[in-house]
Amino acid sequence: MSEASTIDTSTETENVSAVAIRFAGDSGDGMQLAGARFTDASAIFGNDLSTFPNFPAEIRAPAGTLPGVSSFQIQIADRDILTPGDQPDVLVVMNPAALKANLGDLRPSGMLIINSDAFEERNLTKAGYATNPLDDGSLDSYRVLQVPMEELTQKAVEPSGIRGRGVLRSKNFFAVGLMAWIFNRPLEPTLEWIDKKFAREEEVREANRLAFKAGFNLGETTEMFRHTYEVRPADMAPGVYTNLTGNQGMAWGLVAAAQSAKLPLFYASYPITPASDILHDLSRLRNFGVRTFQAEDEIAAAGAALGAAFGGHLGVTGTSGPGLALKSETISLAIMMELPMIIVNVQRGGPSTGLPTKTEQADLLMALYGRHGEAPLPVVSASTPADAFHAAIEATRIAVKYMTPVILLSDGYIGTSSEPWLLPDLDTLPDISLPFAPPQEGEGPFLPYLRDETTLARPWAVPGTDGLEHRLGGLEKEDGTGNVSYDPKNHEKMVLLREQKVKRIADDIPLIEVTQDEDADIVVLGWGSTYGAVLAGIRRVRAKGYKVAHVHLRHMNPFPKNLGEVLARYDRILIPELNRGHLWRLIRAEYLLDPIQYSKVQGQPFKAAEIEAKLMELIGT
Amino acid sequence: MTDTAYSRQDFQTDQEVRWCPGCGDYTILASMQSFMAGLGVDPKDVVFVSGIGCAARFPYYMNTYGLHGIHGRAPAIASGLAVSRPDLSVWVVGGDGDMLSIGGNHLIHALRRNINLKLLLFNNQIYGLTKGQYSPTSEVGKRTKSSPWGSVDYPFNPISVALGSEATFVARTVDMDRDHTQQVLKAAYEHKGAAFVEILQNCNVFNDKAFIRLTSKEERDINRINLEHGKPVVFGPDDEWGVVIEGGTARLVDVSEVGIDAIHVHDAQADSPAAAFAISRLSHGPTGPTPFGIFRSVERAVYETELQQQIHHAQESRGPGDLAKLIASGGTWTVE
Ligand SMILES: Cc1ncc(C[n+]2csc(CCOP(=O)(O)OP(=O)(O)O)c2C)c(N)n1
Ligand code: SF4
Repeated sequence: MSEASTIDTSTETENVSAVAIRFAGDSGDGMQLAGARFTDASAIFGNDLSTFPNFPAEIRAPAGTLPGVSSFQIQIADRDILTPGDQPDVLVVMNPAALKANLGDLRPSGMLIINSDAFEERNLTKAGYATNPLDDGSLDSYRVLQVPMEELTQKAVEPSGIRGRGVLRSKNFFAVGLMAWIFNRPLEPTLEWIDKKFAREEEVREANRLAFKAGFNLGETTEMFRHTYEVRPADMAPGVYTNLTGNQGMAWGLVAAAQSAKLPLFYASYPITPASDILHDLSRLRNFGVRTFQAEDEIAAAGAALGAAFGGHLGVTGTSGPGLALKSETISLAIMMELPMIIVNVQRGGPSTGLPTKTEQADLLMALYGRHGEAPLPVVSASTPADAFHAAIEATRIAVKYMTPVILLSDGYIGTSSEPWLLPDLDTLPDISLPFAPPQEGEGPFLPYLRDETTLARPWAVPGTDGLEHRLGGLEKEDGTGNVSYDPKNHEKMVLLREQKVKRIADDIPLIEVTQDEDADIVVLGWGSTYGAVLAGIRRVRAKGYKVAHVHLRHMNPFPKNLGEVLARYDRILIPELNRGHLWRLIRAEYLLDPIQYSKVQGQPFKAAEIEAKLMELIGT
Repeated sequence: MTDTAYSRQDFQTDQEVRWCPGCGDYTILASMQSFMAGLGVDPKDVVFVSGIGCAARFPYYMNTYGLHGIHGRAPAIASGLAVSRPDLSVWVVGGDGDMLSIGGNHLIHALRRNINLKLLLFNNQIYGLTKGQYSPTSEVGKRTKSSPWGSVDYPFNPISVALGSEATFVARTVDMDRDHTQQVLKAAYEHKGAAFVEILQNCNVFNDKAFIRLTSKEERDINRINLEHGKPVVFGPDDEWGVVIEGGTARLVDVSEVGIDAIHVHDAQADSPAAAFAISRLSHGPTGPTPFGIFRSVERAVYETELQQQIHHAQESRGPGDLAKLIASGGTWTVE
C-alpha cells in the first residue's frame, strides 16, 4: 500500500505488499504498548517491518489535548523495507486530539479507525474542533470506521472483576485485537505477553485478555469490516530473528564489545531521553559482570567512566545532546590522558532541551569539535537499530587499539525504532583485545607515553601492576615520560601526535563503497539514521529508470581514505541530513567539493518520498 | 599491605615539588609519605586522584599511581575507579574550591554512596592556584581580589557538610601537626567506605596565618578541642573547659561549673550523626575553640562491595552471562 498497492474495498481478503499503520491516542492511552504488541505479532508472523514511536516530552500533558498525543507507526511488508513508511495507510485514533494531530499524514482515501466514544463535546473542545468531524463531512474522503471502543471494552472486561479507572485501561488492547483481525495477525504472541507481563495481577491480566479478544471478535462478527488484509511473510535470509530497537542494539553491542575486548564493562550514565533505555538494559545484566553506575550528573558519569578506564575496564558513558555538552571537559581530559573510553550520544532535537523526544543529527559538529583546545577524537555512527550493535563493537575496537576516547553517535530515531535482526553468529565477532602493559622491574623508569609505532597508542598501564607507577593528568605531557611540560615545542609536537594518531585510523577502516548505480551522475552521501529513507528514496528513483549512486558513512572521523576521490567522480553530490548541513560543511572543508545540501530539522526522520522528490528535482535540472 | 619495609623516599617522585616555599601542602605531603611508608602500604595498589588547584598537584609527588583530573571532578573520577577496582586504595585530594565549590555535588554523592574513597580536603579558605579569590570556606567580609568590599558569601562548614551528606567517616586535622595528621590518615585508611578528612592548610601567600590560633604554641592549647571516642569532650591546658549538648546544640562550658558528669562523652560510633553535627557547629571558620579528630566513624554497606555481591548473586542464580541467550531473550522467530 504505502510503497505499493492501494486498498481495494471489493475483495474479501486482500493481499498487500506493504502497509503502514499508525496508532494514535492520548499519552495515557497506551499507544506505544499497542504498537509494540502489534509489532511483535507481525515480526513473529514473518513480515519485514520498521517502526517509529513518536511521543510527547511531557509525561503529563493535559489529557485529550494536542500536546498530549502519542503515536506509534509501523510498516509491515512481504519484502525488505527500510522505513516505517511515509504516510500511514491505516490510522487508529483514540480521541479527537489524536485525529487532529495525525490526519494530515494519512494517505488519501486511507483507512481511519476511530474510537467514537471519545468524540464528545469536552474532548472536541480540547482538541480545538468547532464541529464534530464524525458528523460534519470532513472525513468523507477516507474510509472511516467508527467503533465505540470504550463501551465495548467496558462490557468485555466486566467478567474480570476489574473496577474503577482500570476498566478503560485495556482499550488499547481492544484496538490491537481489532487490528490483529484486520491484518491476520496471530493471537498467541500477544496473549502470551499479557500473561507474562501481568502474571501477578490477575484482574488486569484477565481484563487485557478479554479486551484483546473482544477487539478481534468484533472484526470477526460484525458486518462493519467486510474484509481483511494479508501481508505475507517477507522473503528474508534464513535464520533466527529478533525484533531489535537501537537502544537495545547499543546495550547488547557494548556487552559484545566488552567480551570481544576481554574487558569488564563499566557503564556510567545520568538518565536522559532518549538514551535512558541503554542504562535500563545494561542495569539488568549483572550476571554478565556489567557494572552500571547511575551518576549524579553527566559530568560525574563521564568522570566515572574515565576512572574505570584508568582502572582497566571498558569505560562507557551514554547520554543525549545536553549531556554530551556537559561531558566535553572530561572527554578532553581523556584525550590528554590517552585512555580508551566510549561516549554514546543518542542525538535529539536542540539547542538546549529542544525537542527531547524527537530525533535530529545536529550534534555531529559538537562531536567533532565541541571541546577546548586541539582535541581530535574518532567518531563512529550507527545507521539502524541492528547496526548499533556492530557500531558499538567498532567504536570499542578503535578506542582500545588507539588508546583514545571515541564518540559513538546514534539518535532518537535509531534508539527507539525497531527492525527485525538476523541474530549474528557470535563466534564470528572479532577479537579486539590487547594486553595491558606488563609488570616491570628495575629496567629504568616506566614511560607511559612511549608509543606504538603503527598506531601511535601509548601503553595501558593499570594500577596494581608492579613497577608501572605513573601519574597522568590534564597538564601537557612531555613526549615519552608523560611528565608535565610547558615547553612550547613539546606542546606542538604532542598536539600533532594526538592528531596523527586519529588520522592513522583511516588506514585501519574499510574504504567507502558505492552501492546502487556506480556509474550514475548523482551520488547521495548519507550518515546515521537517514540510511533507510535515503535508500528507499533511491530505490524509487531507480524504479523509474534513473541512475543514482549511494554512499553511506560509518566513520565520521577520520573519513575513509578514498572518500574524497570517490565523491569527486560524480557531477553532483547530495547530502541529506537532519541538521543544517554538518556533514555538508565537513565535506566542503575537507575535499574542496561543492555538494548539495538537503536539510530537514523538524524533529522527524526523512520520508522516502522526500528523498525521491529531491532526487527527481535534481535529475530534472 | 605487604611485609616489605618502605621508607618515606619510596613514596617520593623525581618531580620537583612546586608549591610556594612555606606552603602547608609540603607538611601534609610529608605526613602522607611517612604514614604510608610506616604502614607498609604497597605503592602499586595506591592511586591518588585529584582535581585542579595547588592542593591537586599532590599526585605528582606521590610515587604511586596517580591521576590529576579536572577542577572539582576528582570524586567522580575516583568513584569510577574505586567501583571498578575495589582492590585498590583510592585517595582523593582537593582544595576547598575544588571539593566544595565546583565539585560540591560530586563530593556529597561520593559520601552518600559510601564508596571506598579517602577524600582529603585541604582547606586553606582561599583559592590558591588562581591567586587569591575568596573560597566557599572564606569568612564573611573577607577582602580578596574578587571581594574588595568584603565577601558577602556565607561559608560552608566542611565537617557539617560531610555529616549532612551521610558520610560514615568524618575527621579534621591540621597541616602543622604531623602526628595527628598521620593518626587521622591511618584511621581513614582503615575505614571501610568513604572517609572525609578536612586538613586545615596554611596558604602563606594568599591567606597566611588563617589558622594561627589553632597552631601557635601560645594559643593552640586553649583552642583545640581534641575529640576522643568514649571520653568526655574537655580541652584547655588543664582540661578546664568542656562541651555540653543541650537541645541538639553544643555549648562550651567551664567544667568546674557544670561538673564533669554533665560533659558530653564523645561517641564517634553513634548511629545518629546528630551529636557529631552539634559539635561540628562549635566553630565556623574555624576561629575560636575548634574540634579536632574523628567526629564520626560508623560502618555501613560499602557501594562497590554491594555491587560486587549483586554480580555474584546474579551469576549464581542466573549463571554467567550468555550473550547468545541474551540476544534471543526478546522473542525470536525462524525464517527457513
Ligand atoms: C572548569 C574550571 N574552572 C576554573 C578553573 C580555574 N581554577 C583552577 S584551581 C581553582 C581554585 C583553586 O582553589 P582550591 O580548590 O581551594 O585549591 P588551592 O589552589 O587553594 O589548593 C580554580 C578556580 C579550572 N581549572 N577549571
Ligand atoms: S598559593 Fe598558597 S596554597 Fe598554593 S602553593 Fe602557594 S602557598 Fe600553597
